[in-house]
Amino acid sequence: MSPWEVLLSALSGIGGNVTRAALTLLGVLIGVGSVILLLGVGSGATANVAEQIEGLGSNTITVSPGFSRGATRFQDLTLDAAEALQAPDAAPDIAEVVPQVSTSATVAHGTVSTSATVTGTTANYFTVTNSPVAIGTPFRDEDNAAARKVAVIGASLAEDLFDQADPVGQTITVGTTPFTVYGVLHAKDTAGGSSANSGIVIPLTRAQRSLTGYTALSSITLQAASAESIDAAAAQAELVVAESLGVTTEDATFTVTTQSQLLEASTSVGSTLSAMLAAIAAISLVVGGIGVTNIMLVTVSERTREIGIRKALGATGAAISAQFILEATLLSLAGGALGVAAALGASRFEIMGTRPVISAGSVVLAAGVSVAIGVFFGGYPAIRASLLTPVAALRHD
Amino acid sequence: MTAVIDARGLTRIYGSGESQVAALAGFDLTVEPGEFVAVMGASGSGKSTAMNILGCLDVPDDGTYLLDGKNVGRMGARQLARVRGRTIGFVFQSFNLVSRMSALRNVELPMLYAGVSRREARRRATAALDMVGLSHRATHRPSELSGGQQQRVAVARSLVNTPTLLLADEPTGNLDSASAEQVLEVLEAINRAGRTIVLITHDHDVASHAGRIAHMRDGRIVAVDTRVPAAAGAAVASGGTA
Repeated sequence: MSPWEVLLSALSGIGGNVTRAALTLLGVLIGVGSVILLLGVGSGATANVAEQIEGLGSNTITVSPGFSRGATRFQDLTLDAAEALQAPDAAPDIAEVVPQVSTSATVAHGTVSTSATVTGTTANYFTVTNSPVAIGTPFRDEDNAAARKVAVIGASLAEDLFDQADPVGQTITVGTTPFTVYGVLHAKDTAGGSSANSGIVIPLTRAQRSLTGYTALSSITLQAASAESIDAAAAQAELVVAESLGVTTEDATFTVTTQSQLLEASTSVGSTLSAMLAAIAAISLVVGGIGVTNIMLVTVSERTREIGIRKALGATGAAISAQFILEATLLSLAGGALGVAAALGASRFEIMGTRPVISAGSVVLAAGVSVAIGVFFGGYPAIRASLLTPVAALRHD
Repeated sequence: MTAVIDARGLTRIYGSGESQVAALAGFDLTVEPGEFVAVMGASGSGKSTAMNILGCLDVPDDGTYLLDGKNVGRMGARQLARVRGRTIGFVFQSFNLVSRMSALRNVELPMLYAGVSRREARRRATAALDMVGLSHRATHRPSELSGGQQQRVAVARSLVNTPTLLLADEPTGNLDSASAEQVLEVLEAINRAGRTIVLITHDHDVASHAGRIAHMRDGRIVAVDTRVPAAAGAAVASGGTA
């Protein structure tokens, strides 16, 4: 029997029960579609986080207080440490130092009030952390030196407080202190929950005087002189801060994190997430495959008599099993193709706050797996069919 | 000339131990080319088992069976499939047409398994349906045909690979007498054209269409009744059943 004939009889077998074929196909469709889509969600989320980390500014290093460990007493980050980092001889590869304090406060304008994260920092914050001002101007060094009551607010906070009105020059109340709005930050991509859009940035000196008091810094952001000197700058930062706090680097509780470390960490989290999602989706693919086996077993037992007839007419076991395997493969392949189409369609929408990124690899993988399902899960019923003796098959009702 | 069927001492035992039953117990039969032989027996005489083994649908537990001079017992599954497809044509009591296929596609099926090209298969199937008087029903499915028509489609199907042997197992068992008569006439015409036929039946009237009747009881041939010369069989037999 020519391959073309085998294909025709497989097709006529599928056509024999359209509803059942459609339901089987649906099982494979859901399996393949969810594998592709959830892999896409995983890589979309990873790409999002990477983008946000890059959005933190270029060549940046973050010094954060960290956690106390063992017998070592927890050390606060101090302004002295930030100043020491600015010394060019001790830290030649550090170009910019941005000390930050942050707290949460009630921000109000007129009758509208909301809670916002207030960051007290220096004027270079805007360039180093890649937070340009969209409307108005950022505050300057002299504003910080004079501890002026001025503020730059996030885009969504501006909308909350002022709706469509121009916030520049208006007065808002932060805690109990009135501040003049200098500008509004450029809206950042919020996917992943960046708080920059709803935050407020004021001079460090003013934050300490009115809101946080002269306590520890919440973090220090550093900018390396160049991309190549990030690791050197991080090493220098660790030594300088430890010296300034009067501890050895072994005893230090603060941490120095470069952007690439953040990226690595988030990428590894992302791939773990992707793997978990794919594993969950793979379960549905297996369930779909079992559906194919089930339906082929039913088909074989329903067509046992036909198998007997075909054998009496000269069909070899190979011709019989080829027909059933092909039938199962066609079903799962069609299900796989529709699953790919469904996943591509669904990827146009946001899922869990993420636009799925569908890779060609995952499509090829899913299509391959669906063919494999047909051959593997259809193989057992097909081989059972081919081994039937003609007389037993013919006697079957 | 080589005998079409040369079966000696065929034995087939079902079950095991205490409950075992010998459906065939030393079955001997020789059929020469061009013969029309009826194997007759009551139900339980082993005639269906004989048909299955003669048709290579089942294998005997003992004995030798030469089909067209070739020892079937030495063949593997692939060769047996080939023999079923090309050397033997089957006509079953329950027609055994594939219900999803049209009459024409059913008739084409054995040729497709035998590697005949699609075009040639279509041509030969059309001619075969014409021969049994059903060319106008070629596109109908079995469910749209009467029993007699279905059996004539099955006869057409059994002939398309020009088999050495046509095996008919109670071909009229499910038919009314008019349809049965038509089918038997077709079989007689085929035999007159030189085809060897073995007909299995319990019905004496049906068996009387054959040139030679082998009576079966308890799994073996107990008597052979050469009623008439094969050439004159048709005339005498139809007189006998009228």
